[in-house]
Amino acid sequence: MSGQALSTRAPSMGAHYAVQLPAPDDFAFWRDQARALVQCEVPPDRVSWIESGGTGDLFAQSGASGLVKRLPVPDRDSRPARASKRFLSLARNAALHSDPERFALLYRLLWRLQSNPRMMEDKTDPDVRRMEELDKSVRRDSHKMHAFVRFRQVEDAAGDEHYVAWFEPDHHIVRANAGFFMRRFANMNWSILTPRGCLHWDGETMRESGPAQRSDAPDGDPVEELWKSYYASIFNPARLKVGAMLSEMPKKYWKNMPEAALIPDLIAGAQAREANMVAAGTREARERLDSLAELAEAARNCRDCPIADCGTRAVMGEGAQSAPLMIVGEQPGDHEDLAGRPFVGPAGQLLDAALTQAGIDRSAAYVTNAVKHFKFVQRGKRRIHQTPTAKEIDTCRWWLESELAIVKPRVILALGASAARGLLGKTVSLKAARGAPIMLEDKAELWVTAHPAYLLRLDGEAREEQAAFFSSDLAKVQARLDTFTSGTQV
Amino acid sequence: MAQKSLLEKLEILADAAKYDASCASSGTAKKNSLGGKGIGSTEGMGICHAYAPDGRCISLLKILLTNHCIFDCHYCINRKSSNVRRARFTPQEVADLTLNFYRRNYIEGLFLSSGIIKSSNFTMEQMVEAARILREEHDFRGYIHLKTIPEADPELVRQAGLYADRISINVELPTTSGLTRLAPDKDERQIEGAIAKTKDDIIEAKDARKRFRHAPRFAPAGQSTQMIVGADRASDADIVGKASRLYDSFGLRRVYYSAFSPIPDASAVLPLQRPPLLREHRLYQSDWLMRFYGYAPGEVCEATDADGNLPLDIDPKLAWALKFRGTFPVDVNRAGKEMLLRVPGLGPTAVQRIIAARRHRTLRLDDVARLTQSIAKVRPFITALDWRPTTLTDRADLRSLLAPKQEQLELFAS
Repeated sequence: MSGQALSTRAPSMGAHYAVQLPAPDDFAFWRDQARALVQCEVPPDRVSWIESGGTGDLFAQSGASGLVKRLPVPDRDSRPARASKRFLSLARNAALHSDPERFALLYRLLWRLQSNPRMMEDKTDPDVRRMEELDKSVRRDSHKMHAFVRFRQVEDAAGDEHYVAWFEPDHHIVRANAGFFMRRFANMNWSILTPRGCLHWDGETMRESGPAQRSDAPDGDPVEELWKSYYASIFNPARLKVGAMLSEMPKKYWKNMPEAALIPDLIAGAQAREANMVAAGTREARERLDSLAELAEAARNCRDCPIADCGTRAVMGEGAQSAPLMIVGEQPGDHEDLAGRPFVGPAGQLLDAALTQAGIDRSAAYVTNAVKHFKFVQRGKRRIHQTPTAKEIDTCRWWLESELAIVKPRVILALGASAARGLLGKTVSLKAARGAPIMLEDKAELWVTAHPAYLLRLDGEAREEQAAFFSSDLAKVQARLDTFTSGTQV
Repeated sequence: MAQKSLLEKLEILADAAKYDASCASSGTAKKNSLGGKGIGSTEGMGICHAYAPDGRCISLLKILLTNHCIFDCHYCINRKSSNVRRARFTPQEVADLTLNFYRRNYIEGLFLSSGIIKSSNFTMEQMVEAARILREEHDFRGYIHLKTIPEADPELVRQAGLYADRISINVELPTTSGLTRLAPDKDERQIEGAIAKTKDDIIEAKDARKRFRHAPRFAPAGQSTQMIVGADRASDADIVGKASRLYDSFGLRRVYYSAFSPIPDASAVLPLQRPPLLREHRLYQSDWLMRFYGYAPGEVCEATDADGNLPLDIDPKLAWALKFRGTFPVDVNRAGKEMLLRVPGLGPTAVQRIIAARRHRTLRLDDVARLTQSIAKVRPFITALDWRPTTLTDRADLRSLLAPKQEQLELFAS
């Protein structure tokens, strides 16, 4: 099909021309015609632009009734039409818009540009603004085509892989975007079917064909299951911004995107899922408390970790509120749970003896545990101690940190690996950590040593060796304490 | 444990990757697959192939190689002491998945991150291997973003940069104390050392390409980093300060902010409530002010309140303007670009349009209205041929006039 140029003679205003475009996206044809018309000084109100297939306007019909004239041919020496680069690049895009007025608008702008070459800079001009709007929506449509085309794999007659997509663009952008898909999928056989025409690439040549229907495209691809599961998993239900999604991915595109079918359920489930995420922690945001008594009261109701299900009571620390030394054990044992006080069982007695030997006054220290509840399993009549998990220690850290914030000790003695984790937030090897101080964030000094219960489990030589090691650690702590307290005691 | 299917692994490892904010696929070298054996192209502008209901774009296949981890960072769902389901991809599976998605035009490429298994080096090797399979065996020319591990051998990180378009190393938290508290296995000096090394490698490779046309590209889309907001006590001023230091010292393309979101199996030292999503948004706006509006970091901090936080009800630019009203109104027909950029409601595009249009005519308020989104916001801060805000700029209730209307509180909000 080739373009036809028609013209009608208007009685008083000179000739009226009607230009029929061969294809709705044929910018090159428009440019040639427009150039000639400008050179012949045909003002915009005497040209009608008719899209192929369109009914055109009044003048087209009257043109069809016989008043046909060839377009004027410009004189050789007439001034050539001029247009800025900016105009041309915008016009090339704006010409793809589905607005039937677009070619008339472009011609009007080209006409005005001849007398005001810098007119494109004036963004307050309605024609310039309209052209920019057209350009913008065509660019957006193209961009969405790049983004939302979804290929489905099929086997063609020769048994080769062929990728076929169905897409519904708003504007006449299909041919203009062939290059993008060719450059991206250069070694793939693909077809993009649209109601405005189709593209086919076989790895070497691009072929075009007429409009297609959705039913011409394949209806599924096994990889879509993987893609949908990816889409559902990458979505973070803790942050729901449906408006932001809709503005970038309007509903009109959804029907051709396999993942979009999941959206309603994802949104509906999101609030519920976030509630679950928070409930899974079973904690409520607590205020920091500023007295030990309040803390003990609040800890009594703590059910943040599964140890609470053991039915034991929270054993909080005891000692002076401003003690320079804080001693942290693992968790209360059987005796401690019954007495409601830390370190009163066999391990506590051993600790007391060792402290006395080292010259440390327990009553002047604050004694507590990394985990506040006794964790055990029942064996007959006995409650057997269970080591708390890292997660339980971390959960209980909130209480330990609250105690630290209130007592503000200068020196902290961590007994065993659990206590060290409670204070450091990470698991350390006792062997590596003991014997030297670790500076904490708030300037307190942390000393790590074994738990006295460990000594209780040893016999003979090993026990003597470890007991000596334990004593020497305590002696070092005592020495550090002296340097801190000597000043204040004088 | 029974072997997990590919679908299960994808579910687990995509789920674990969703806390990463970045999904950018822009700003890399232009390439296409014409004349090659494989597929893929990058043409400068990134493409968002889908949007999730959380409003974020899906541009890349963003997954973890594995969510097993030997580290114990408290804010991270994959930390050692967390009991999430674990899975692990082979490098080959990652490459196949990427290609299968790419061929169907679902994605622009791959964003691969990982928990640390065995050792930092072993993990890094596996990630580099996935990128190598894509680039060398399949001649893949799409986008690859690798999250490198600061503790890994620098040579491995360099390898990663040769295959990837962008590499990133997370600084994780805005303050040193936050890092030691919440990510006890990480070390700020090591992280910044690795970022600095990558910066040097990028500069060196750019320099080499100026002299030798065939010198290999190294991370042509540069490097970026990510900070978690709301997990520690850092104020917005701290965060903005840290970000600007990172931009200045390491030439980063982007600093991403990720609002800490409550993760299943969260550690007890973290807040359980999410910080307001708006906070993240305000931080990004402040980031924009520094990158595109010519604000110095100190000036952004001037917009913060007494606690060093940006107001949530209005944007930081408006907050700054309200605080420094003496600078306004600005004459749209005379003021320079820098001053026009400070007017709330005028963005770089509008400013450029104003400057172009005023060559043709003296602008009236109507003209400005045609060039901007909302004249109501701009009006108190400008003068035009037929407009003077008179007392408007100085009104005590200007803030409430301009702040977006409060939404009705949800009655049963949790």
